[in-house]
Amino acid sequence: MTATAEHTGRPASQRGTLSPEPYRVTGRRIEGADVVTLALEPHHGRPLTFAHGQFNMLTAFGVGEIAISISSAPGAPGPIEHSVRDVGAVTHALCRTPIGGTVGVRGPFGTHWDIDDIEEGADVVVVVGGIGLAPLRGAVRDLVDRRRAGGGGVFVLAGMRSPDQILFAEDLEEWRRSGAHVAVTVDVGISGWPGRVGVVTTLLPDTPFDPTRCAAFACGPEIMMRFAARALVDRGVDPRQIRVSLERNMQCGVGLCGHCQLGPLLLCRDGPVVPYGGVADRLFMERQR
Amino acid sequence: MTETIHEILSAHRFLSGLPEGTVEVLAECARAETFESGRLLLHEGDVADTFHLIHPVRVSIEIHGPGHGRHILDSVGPGLTVGLSWAAPPFRCQFDARSLEPEVAVAVDSECLRARLGENPALGYALLERLASVLIGRLQVARVRLLDLYGNDSDR
Repeated sequence: MTATAEHTGRPASQRGTLSPEPYRVTGRRIEGADVVTLALEPHHGRPLTFAHGQFNMLTAFGVGEIAISISSAPGAPGPIEHSVRDVGAVTHALCRTPIGGTVGVRGPFGTHWDIDDIEEGADVVVVVGGIGLAPLRGAVRDLVDRRRAGGGGVFVLAGMRSPDQILFAEDLEEWRRSGAHVAVTVDVGISGWPGRVGVVTTLLPDTPFDPTRCAAFACGPEIMMRFAARALVDRGVDPRQIRVSLERNMQCGVGLCGHCQLGPLLLCRDGPVVPYGGVADRLFMERQR
Repeated sequence: MTETIHEILSAHRFLSGLPEGTVEVLAECARAETFESGRLLLHEGDVADTFHLIHPVRVSIEIHGPGHGRHILDSVGPGLTVGLSWAAPPFRCQFDARSLEPEVAVAVDSECLRARLGENPALGYALLERLASVLIGRLQVARVRLLDLYGNDSDR
């Protein structure tokens, strides 16, 4: 466990509190049919320090608590953002929290997308599915900025459900304008949709990155990540240069309750971001109920 | 025109790595076709007597339903093939295929090609093996899409 946790690059300083802090909703943006991005500012005024890909436990008071990835970039001015998909009682309550309302936040928890570890000048391939773009949104913004400063290419491949459910469309367009290679495909095409239809891995053959010198990040439904990681390896990417985001039932956030155990990992602490080669490639094959 | 077809075929991803002589055999049965954006390459119900090697743009695979208009089932990118029904009876197109951008495609007469491949079984095997890999890939993609991975659990 210790060796694996170290291997995942978890910062030694990661400690979480078990008591939520009150945060005010200062902004609310509808991203798609069932996704809302909440902008949050702490009542106490001290900004939260976090890294790309980490998550917080958000509380809808009187309803419950749930793990939600931070979808803004560390150090970015303004409030911290979380993009919430309305799929159950807690997320429904969070999505309906009005501007001026209060939610609970504790965290940040978990491992992160370590973009500082990427070899200088190497390409970065980001493969996301649906709301899986949220935990990578801040990292992509910073990678695009680095590219403008002479870094390697940034390739964002996004799979979405349908043309009317493309999440973070403004971000995708901004990254494209800033020089990133951005490709979107949808599972369900509609009449008049001029773009790609099919799963996200079908975008890889037309993506001109250098597989021998690249890092890759994948986030989305686990089945999608399995296929994406295999396709990247088939393309020639070193499995050790691929990171994926694994999620289970995160509850305590500090590796105590065990609800998020996957093989030897407690994903709230040792994940969600883990290497594919040597870690996730084995865990993907764990059969769980 | 034959030279152009030969050049297109020689550079086509679908044919990469196939045995020597493949391009020449295909070129004997091929013609270049130009499609305006929105034009149908294949029409559901028609005899499947042609397959297209797409170069260099995209084609959507569609089906029409009353009250729903066009359903876009899939898209085929550069370097791939459009049309599978030519390879086995009853040789009938099952879907529409529509050009999404103006394009030049190489259209291969499948009856001519089947006759050539019958004379050269080794080449026929290699080409059908390549086609099988396309079929397997599309079947796997179709199965994953059935999962509706990005849908709301409560919708399923």
